[in-house]
Amino acid sequence: MSEKLRRKGRGCRKGGLIPLAAFIFFLFLWDGAWAEDLDTLPPSPPREVTAFDTPNDAGGSITLTWRKSTDDGTGAGDVTAYIILRAERKEGPYKEITKLPAGAVRYEDTTTKDGVDYFYKVSVSDGVNISESPPSQAVHSKAQWFNFKRLNMLLAGFILSLGIVYFISRARAGKELYIRKIAGLDAVNEAVGRATEMGRKVFFIPGILDLDDVQTIAGLSILGQVAKLTAEYGTKLEVPVCRSVVMVTARETVKEAYLDSGHPDAYNDEIVHYLTDDQFGYAAGVDGLMLREKPAAIFYQGAFYAESLILAETGFSVGAIQIAGTAMPSQLPFFITACDYTLIGEELFAASAYLSREPRALGSIKGQDLGKAIILFILGLGVVLETLGITGFSQLFTTQ
Amino acid sequence: MSTDIGVWIAAFLTLGILSFLYKDNPFYKVSESIFIGVSAAYWFVYMIYNVIEPNLLGNLQKGEWWYAVAGILGVMMLFRLIPKIGWLSRWAVAFMIGTGAGLNFIVYLQSNVMKQIRGTLAPLNSIGNIMMIVGVITGLIYFFFSAEHKGLLGGAAKVGIWFIMVSFGASFGYTVMARISLLIGRMHFLFSDWLGLLH
Repeated sequence: MSEKLRRKGRGCRKGGLIPLAAFIFFLFLWDGAWAEDLDTLPPSPPREVTAFDTPNDAGGSITLTWRKSTDDGTGAGDVTAYIILRAERKEGPYKEITKLPAGAVRYEDTTTKDGVDYFYKVSVSDGVNISESPPSQAVHSKAQWFNFKRLNMLLAGFILSLGIVYFISRARAGKELYIRKIAGLDAVNEAVGRATEMGRKVFFIPGILDLDDVQTIAGLSILGQVAKLTAEYGTKLEVPVCRSVVMVTARETVKEAYLDSGHPDAYNDEIVHYLTDDQFGYAAGVDGLMLREKPAAIFYQGAFYAESLILAETGFSVGAIQIAGTAMPSQLPFFITACDYTLIGEELFAASAYLSREPRALGSIKGQDLGKAIILFILGLGVVLETLGITGFSQLFTTQ
Repeated sequence: MSTDIGVWIAAFLTLGILSFLYKDNPFYKVSESIFIGVSAAYWFVYMIYNVIEPNLLGNLQKGEWWYAVAGILGVMMLFRLIPKIGWLSRWAVAFMIGTGAGLNFIVYLQSNVMKQIRGTLAPLNSIGNIMMIVGVITGLIYFFFSAEHKGLLGGAAKVGIWFIMVSFGASFGYTVMARISLLIGRMHFLFSDWLGLLH
């Protein structure tokens, strides 16, 4: 029994019959107000208030834990809230930083300044009375070097990287690395050849995201291969872009491809040109270019959003061979519907390796395949264990 | 009918862009050129006030001088305009690609690998779970590039691509509905804001 409940109980026994009668009389007089006026005893304070720097974080956070008031859920059972108070000196002044509902035993204060000492008190309220815990010990927040909760990520990244480095070194040593045929890539030659025969342009659209997106990088890698072909065949290439940094990189890529193929004179900066950063402004511009230039082949390789179908439908209407590639799941259905060939998801990343046969790219694909083989094994083992009711294994893959 | 000149210009440009559905024409060309020009200028100004000013100038004013490194890399991009030192812009591009790839490596590893594995590890106790597990495993086999899709592997890959295509079909239908709502939005603008036929 809580101290509060014991004190309340003693109060009733001492009174006897006369005070009880007076009590009932006042009840009638003051109606509902009696209940609040009666409760003058504060709830018992929270115990064992502990404050510590939140582990595995980048600083700026202190965690508090405490044991519930004996009147929270048990005892008088009238606790309504816990109030967290904070001060920079032990003697105060303490300021309220938050209020938590009854039952709370933990709070993470994410408004701390690293290196500053703080003291905490946890107050408990029953709606009328409040009682405070003694202050916690001084504590300050700081950033940790490692987040041990993400150790599994480190291991997974390390294993994957190790596989990639191993296969790249094998490829560099001259080992033949096999990559299966990717449907659609054989059509690259056909598409550029068709444009050459028809005397029309080849369009290359590298998506609408910037260079910090992996799909854009993969798209530009494929652009290098397409540019080599257009340089060799003497076909005109046009690359409208919607990001300035992509324009700079695409120009470098095309220039290098023209140099490699022995036709540096065929290159000019106008091949790659900027339209606008705006998604639909870019789509309107590319659509206009398609209608006026009537390209024989169009490549969409990179990250696309809602403009994918607008572009692909216009390309289809001018009778171009269209080869798309993206890892945007929501846009793939549109490309599959409107284009002749579509590289789905990871095929986009494998495509440049397949086309260039470059050791680093080939080794990277093989390393990723090793990762997939490991994942298949994990899935097989994990599903069997889960079915047998052993759940610990799957917890290894929980991330934060 | 609206008396606001801005609404009239917007209605003209909307119709100009929609005229593309008929064929390329001068109205479309005008609307397209205005759209591209205005949006390019808008993004230029947006970048200055929402990227360069708060992220670079704002932090430099606070004395966080290390942000100057980003400013220098940005200026290096402009060196392309001076052929003699144009090669320096490659450093900035290399930095951007490197950091982009490095940061995304962790993001993709977490969201596309670890969380997917965790989500797939379920007991074989329901049709839903069985379908999910078979779909993930065969889908993963489809994206295995080190072996020819023949025999058992080929069969599994074929099942995988069927799962992928079914999900694409569902995604297609869902997105078409979203696009129709965009069209309804423009039609509502024309018939309500411009012509005042709908209230």
